[in-house]
Amino acid sequence: MTQTLDYAQELDAIARAYAASGGDPSDFHADRGGLLVVSGNRALLGRGAEGLTIESEQLSDGVRARIVAHSGAIIAEPVHLCFGMVPVRGVQRILAEFVIEEGASVRFLAHCTFPNAVEIRHIMEGTVEVGENARMEYEETHYHGETAGIETLPKMRVRVAPRGLYRSTFKLVKGAAGVVDLDYDVTVAEEGIAELYAKIYGKGDDRVKVRESINLEGRGSRGLAKSRIVVTDRASAEVLGEIVGAGPGSRGHVDCMEIIKGGKAQAVAVPLLRVVEESAKLTHEAAIGSVDKRQMETLMARGLSESEAVDVIVRGLLR
Amino acid sequence: MPALLSIEGVGLSRGGNEILAGVDLAIEPGEIHSVLGRNGTGKTSLACLVMGLSGYELTRGRILFDGKDIAGLSISDRARAGITLAWQEPPRFEGVSVFDYLSLSADGKPDRLDPREALGLVGMEPDLYLNRMLDEGLSGGERKRIELASVLAMRPRLAMLDEPDSGIDSLSIDTIDRVIRTIVKRGAAVLLITHRENLAEIADRASAMCGGRILKTGQPDEIGRFFRNHCEACAHINAPEGNGYRVVDALAFRGPNPAPSGEGGLGK
Repeated sequence: MTQTLDYAQELDAIARAYAASGGDPSDFHADRGGLLVVSGNRALLGRGAEGLTIESEQLSDGVRARIVAHSGAIIAEPVHLCFGMVPVRGVQRILAEFVIEEGASVRFLAHCTFPNAVEIRHIMEGTVEVGENARMEYEETHYHGETAGIETLPKMRVRVAPRGLYRSTFKLVKGAAGVVDLDYDVTVAEEGIAELYAKIYGKGDDRVKVRESINLEGRGSRGLAKSRIVVTDRASAEVLGEIVGAGPGSRGHVDCMEIIKGGKAQAVAVPLLRVVEESAKLTHEAAIGSVDKRQMETLMARGLSESEAVDVIVRGLLR
Repeated sequence: MPALLSIEGVGLSRGGNEILAGVDLAIEPGEIHSVLGRNGTGKTSLACLVMGLSGYELTRGRILFDGKDIAGLSISDRARAGITLAWQEPPRFEGVSVFDYLSLSADGKPDRLDPREALGLVGMEPDLYLNRMLDEGLSGGERKRIELASVLAMRPRLAMLDEPDSGIDSLSIDTIDRVIRTIVKRGAAVLLITHRENLAEIADRASAMCGGRILKTGQPDEIGRFFRNHCEACAHINAPEGNGYRVVDALAFRGPNPAPSGEGGLGK
């Protein structure tokens, strides 16, 4: 039997889930700033702001959203997005289109929350257009409860126009991760900048796969793909950080650190740099292993136990 | 007065090389004691051994803290007993703020020093630094000062400071002097490791170290002269017997000064 919640109950449930993921439910009722709250395949709340339009459409298994920051709009307040499901089973597909027009600037704080997940599939297919001299920051924090019964498939295709900036942070550090397959692809035009950050803590039987790819097409474009992954128990992680240096004078860096914390955890890091323009310069650093001994001993020399020291280091990495 | 730290005939080998070849050294409560020596003579290894870091295990001798053998104690246990070490090159912690770092140094201690006060004592403006991350945009000198502040915040009984002046501009020798005196004023002793004679001279006593041994212990000016005459131009780097040098060769290098005697001596 399927239980159907009425609007108020569902809003209340998703607000609690939002809080569990670190969000502040008072964001839902603030009288300023953009907002989109999606529970399952229903957009419960949506509001634009000056210079910002948010439209949504219900799908059978999710929501299609179009978010536009209009030309020249400097949106001071962060735009809050909440995508979640309260039931234990189901599919949520979010088709999101972000258009940040020329000279606009906007910051999104997204919370994806599935506190009761037993068998959930969360699919995010996003496209992003960052216009000339525009700026978009996107911070996405996930919370999947403690049972790991979720498959998370975020896929973003981003284009950054000349002198635009795109910065995204994907964070899943509390509770179980489940199966994560993150796939971000960014193309950067002349003097544009792309920065991709991923921070994930895998436990139990979690499986984490991260692909961050940046194509530095334009002259003087810049790219950074940085990931911090911690795996413990039997969890596994595979990180591919890929940058192509195609634009004259483009500069890119892949920085991947994966920490294995005991148990039978496994980690793979593959930095892939491809230079097709002689004046481009790409670098990478990748480290996989246990917690840095020197850091740990420094903290222990201040009186922390070994496990307390590891905890401080891991929390810092995933902060 | 019984020594706070007593190092007795201590030996250390790493990778088949003898790093410490019978070190004898005693630190009194409240004393500032500098260990002066060129790079590679075993000074840092001695501090690491006292702190109990991994890879630094005694091959002979013993280390007593407060009269108790600390051989079986972990790093954390030694720290809780009151021993700490400020590294020459502090590690970079990602995502840890200066405030958090200084707070955890003092965590759980009733007489903890407030992070704000600790920063002030190393000449840093708290409002400018407390919320900054240790891995973001801090210079080597700033990180070094924060390391000293974390030692202050911990309120140790024995603070081992490894080359505290490296990476800090020369004007800040005064700052180091002030920090050391603050640590002492709060009841701790300081083991100051340095290869700089002028820094060594702020101590109450000093020891010259070479080839994994304490060559001589005495007043800082006396040890400073000894260092100038015997060590500065000496080619001998941490190579106890068996590696082609003997410590006595190092002392003979400059010729005119008689071989030192007394505490520490020439080694065995």
